Amino acid sequence: MASMLLNSMRSCSVSPSWAVCQSLLLLYCFLFLSVQTKSKKTLARPGVKNIVLVEGVRTPFLLSGTTYADLMPHDLARAALQGLLHKTGIPKDAVDYIIYGTVIQEVKTSNVAREAALGAGFSDKIPAHTVTMACISSNQAMTSAVGLIAAGQCDAVVAGGVEFMSDVPIRHSRKMRKTMLSLNRAKTLGQRLSLIGSIRLAHLSPELPAVAEFSTAETMGHSADRLAAAFGVSRVEQDEFALRSHTLAKKAQDNGLLQDVISFKVPNRDIVSKDNGIRPSSMEQMAKLKPAFIKPHGTVTAANSSFLTDGASAVLIMSEEKALAMGYKPKAYLRDFVYVSQDPKDQLLLGPTYGTPKVLERAGLSMSDIDVFEFHEAFAGQIMANLKAMDSDWFAADVHGKEIKGKDSCWSKFNLWGGSLSLGHPFGATGCRLVTTVAHRLQKEGGQYGLVAACAAGGQGHAMVIEAYPQ
Amino acid sequence: KMAGVRALGVLSRLTARRYALFTEDDIENSVFAWSRTHVNYEVKGDVAVVRINDPSSKVNTLSVQMQKEMAEVMNEVWANNAVQRADINMIQACNSAEEVTKLSQEGQKMFELIEKSPKPIVAAINGSCLGGGLEFAIACQYRVATKSKKTVLGTPEVMLGLLPGAGGTQRLPKMVGLPNAFDMMLTGRNIRADKAKKMGLVHQLVDPLGPGLKSPEERTIDYLEEVAIECARGIVNKKIPLRKEKGTMQKIQDYIMSFGFVRNQIYKTVHGKVMKQSKGLYPAPLKIIECVKTGVEQGPVAGYLAESQNFGQLARTSESAALIGLYHGQVACKKNRFGAPEREVKSLAILGAGLMGAGIAQVTVDKGVHTILKDTTEAGLARGEQQVYKGLNDKTKKKNITSFQRDSILSNLTGQLDYSGFEKADMVIEAVFEDINIKHAVVKEVEAMVPPHCIFASNTSALPIKDIAAASKRPDKVIGMHYFSPVDKMQLLEIITTDKTSKDTTASAVAVGLKQGKVIIVVGDGPGFYTTRCLAPMLAEAVRVLQEGVDPKKLDGLTTSFGFPVGAATLADEVGIDVAAHVAEDLGKAFGSRFGGGNVEVLKTMVDLGFKGRKSGKGCYVYQPGLKVREVNPEIGDILEKYRLTPNPAVSSDSDVQYRLVSRFVNEAVLCLQEGILNSPLEGDIGAVFGLGFPPCLGGPFRFVDSFGADKLVEKMRTYEAIYGNQFTPCQLLLDHAKDSSKKFHK
Repeated sequence: MASMLLNSMRSCSVSPSWAVCQSLLLLYCFLFLSVQTKSKKTLARPGVKNIVLVEGVRTPFLLSGTTYADLMPHDLARAALQGLLHKTGIPKDAVDYIIYGTVIQEVKTSNVAREAALGAGFSDKIPAHTVTMACISSNQAMTSAVGLIAAGQCDAVVAGGVEFMSDVPIRHSRKMRKTMLSLNRAKTLGQRLSLIGSIRLAHLSPELPAVAEFSTAETMGHSADRLAAAFGVSRVEQDEFALRSHTLAKKAQDNGLLQDVISFKVPNRDIVSKDNGIRPSSMEQMAKLKPAFIKPHGTVTAANSSFLTDGASAVLIMSEEKALAMGYKPKAYLRDFVYVSQDPKDQLLLGPTYGTPKVLERAGLSMSDIDVFEFHEAFAGQIMANLKAMDSDWFAADVHGKEIKGKDSCWSKFNLWGGSLSLGHPFGATGCRLVTTVAHRLQKEGGQYGLVAACAAGGQGHAMVIEAYPQ
Repeated sequence: KMAGVRALGVLSRLTARRYALFTEDDIENSVFAWSRTHVNYEVKGDVAVVRINDPSSKVNTLSVQMQKEMAEVMNEVWANNAVQRADINMIQACNSAEEVTKLSQEGQKMFELIEKSPKPIVAAINGSCLGGGLEFAIACQYRVATKSKKTVLGTPEVMLGLLPGAGGTQRLPKMVGLPNAFDMMLTGRNIRADKAKKMGLVHQLVDPLGPGLKSPEERTIDYLEEVAIECARGIVNKKIPLRKEKGTMQKIQDYIMSFGFVRNQIYKTVHGKVMKQSKGLYPAPLKIIECVKTGVEQGPVAGYLAESQNFGQLARTSESAALIGLYHGQVACKKNRFGAPEREVKSLAILGAGLMGAGIAQVTVDKGVHTILKDTTEAGLARGEQQVYKGLNDKTKKKNITSFQRDSILSNLTGQLDYSGFEKADMVIEAVFEDINIKHAVVKEVEAMVPPHCIFASNTSALPIKDIAAASKRPDKVIGMHYFSPVDKMQLLEIITTDKTSKDTTASAVAVGLKQGKVIIVVGDGPGFYTTRCLAPMLAEAVRVLQEGVDPKKLDGLTTSFGFPVGAATLADEVGIDVAAHVAEDLGKAFGSRFGGGNVEVLKTMVDLGFKGRKSGKGCYVYQPGLKVREVNPEIGDILEKYRLTPNPAVSSDSDVQYRLVSRFVNEAVLCLQEGILNSPLEGDIGAVFGLGFPPCLGGPFRFVDSFGADKLVEKMRTYEAIYGNQFTPCQLLLDHAKDSSKKFHK
């Protein structure tokens, strides 16, 4: 590139047209400078396989209890897989492995990856397994795929995630389950009758899937509210961020930027082709809501939290060699990634704060090298708290041990197409959406490096650097 | 291993640090700060904040200075017409309790002004809000508290023989109802923030925060202040109602309470309960009932007057002096006077997973210390590990800890049958069978395994530590740590040092004990050390009393009515008749006829028949699982008949029997001080009360001698001596005190 420009400079000097020459000179300087600001030209390393994202798709993310209400989780995952097959045209036996992430497991399809793959028409010779890591389950699916490829075990892996909150396993009480299991083993009628007779009204109260963190018995919303308070995030700041998310998502949707969304004909229902949770409101409307978790003085409300969502996503990950050999034009390189974990009580949602500097250090990049930021928005308060944590000298010095400047260095590049607050957050599926969005934004906005960061229940977190594939 | 019942509840600090917040609409951006030493006042936006904090001590004393400054600040705030509302945020306060009626009345006046403040006052509470702090808080119009474990509310005055003397007896019943108010004031127990909210003691809770822009503690207090300021604004804007809509249950309860006879029934029931539990030995609970009754039945003027007068009276009682003495003693025995040990004990190994061993493990694992519990049999180990699990699981059931915390605490425990891991142990505590040969074998086995710095502690209740140390290659690392059963309930730890025990070893043992939450006395070596040695003569006397034909129930009645929380016969059953026999025999050999009295054969025969006390189901009493009422074991009648003694009517009145029991205990305690086993009378009092259940209202054997009069005690003992001989010969130190009435153990 540079030599080409130099050539044109030379030709320029003999050319009488100074205007053209000057503009080219300016262009040269601009390009030169923009290259110089990056700490590294590429993250490719000798001896390390280049692993690429070939394609990423997702079903529309819908508020739970809406159009997907009568499906099962593997149906959604199947739709995403079929969408991927359709979009890539990859032969159904050309994939080596399939991995899915999910959080709340449907007990009938506990290995939802396998059920969905079979249903989507993939060859039954392709093994599939399911991973779970709360809100970063599909991140784990993707990085597992990266691991398989890097280790030379596979060349092409499909990773994805699914979450279905319209239906969750509600169990009988432990007492009732015990009685029922004993009933199975009862040999005589007398034994059976006495067991049936032992059932009390209390046995019949059902057991809902836990919404609270197991280790601390605190719900995530409650923890988010405390986190926001710890970092002095006001209600107005949270509402403003939520409004920003919805506004940007609406704009992206209207402008057709959400190319990863596939259309899905829901059995007995219409074709769904759009996310249905994007609802830009006004600050006044949002201010009217009462706090949802900490009453009456809390700041986290229904409007500044992500909502319960149904949805599935899928990505095709390959070694660069294989992708090129199969004639694909990859979207992006998947580069360094980290997982972090911290105190699940007071730092439950600070994954990005810990993950971001760590992954940047690994990659040898700084915040200013990153052109595209995609952070998982669990709560507006959580996002703001993470940005403030990265900015806080006290937190950097006393808790975190790493100083990094947050909001100012990323705000103009941050979640520009909306985020989990507005697009929706199917727990197991969000990670693939983040990575695919980074790839698409890098293509659209012309940047080189993107950063994904997310928090997850259990006080865990994930961050990954993505590099644009040369166009 | 002495059993007994916790003599006193936790004598908590009467502490609180406070704040007050006031609103001023006219002064928008200015911040005024009047610097006084204890109370300062600053305007934040449109709210004024008054912070109360005593710079001179960790816990604030509701002192004269504090009261004066508080009154000044309040006057300034009230005088300022711009001030619309006010709220007081109380964080840690304290009521030093020795003040009298006038002080009480001044407190009452100040809190009355606060209660009637034309500008609503909100109290915000973080940390202990006890005693005067609580009375301050309940005088405010609104209360916000942090939902932290450290935040507790309570009126512990009763534990100091006092009553809440600044309006507490008058305001609490109105706020939480008669039954709850009585419960709080008569037990003095700490109430956690969430419970306080349910009771209506606080209006709103604030969650403690984690690290954020500041340290968790700082930021939590800021947050509390922010929420409290919002509350103050809300109250003025009428967004927050001060009077809560009463629920149906509350209405029904109020209706029922409106009948005089219902209230009278409550007073009667409570009075009865107090009399039953305190045997009438403690005046404070009765005075509390009286004050509440006066206030409710005759109105506030009479109520407040009764409160201040009774407060003044109680402050001068010997019971209050005794309880306050114990409080100070307890504080003193929670300090390590041997300084910081060279290295912290991070890995503790316990030999023997019996009741004691597992109990020690239980109080250690939750302090972040890696704990090895070793036994010789799998069955013994399983029982011990189950005991630790159960102890923690009971806390989970009571919601003191979550099941997750329980599991994570248990991860510090390693149960094993071999010596693996002992090479990393910083301290080994042995709780194996009380046999000098076994102890010697254990010392040698352990010393072959552990690193050179490792301390060897013996949890023996009577074997001299120097005898155990005789088998050790490094006697400077050998020490006694005498725990009391049940370890998780009994607060006392008696640490025994020999001439050879190094100071660092002692410092380390004390540090471990303090970590375990113990109140610690450090005593010299000798048969029975201090506690066992005091108890043995009393039990010997008890056996004699039984032999003289006094029924075990009657004996129990005589001891409990003297103030012992557990009767002598029951205590013997709890300790174990076999242990008692063992100790009686050992100490009898060591001290000779002075430890005589009852015939040891009585105990030995009981053991032979399997009557080993509660643990075997039969002792002086018959214990049946599930049955609370226990009958006297009919079979011991024959034994006692066999060893029957004829009582001497001159020294067999109820009172004489009581003094025979107590004087032997007290004389032995004084002798321990005389011989240098005890370091101070204070430690002697704490050991006797917290380890053996010596009547708390008497404050311990030494305070008892001071208040009863050494001369009077000696006189009684001389009478008994004339009949029974040297068991009642007063020791020299006691005689010295009897001769010179100006000599006191406690100044």
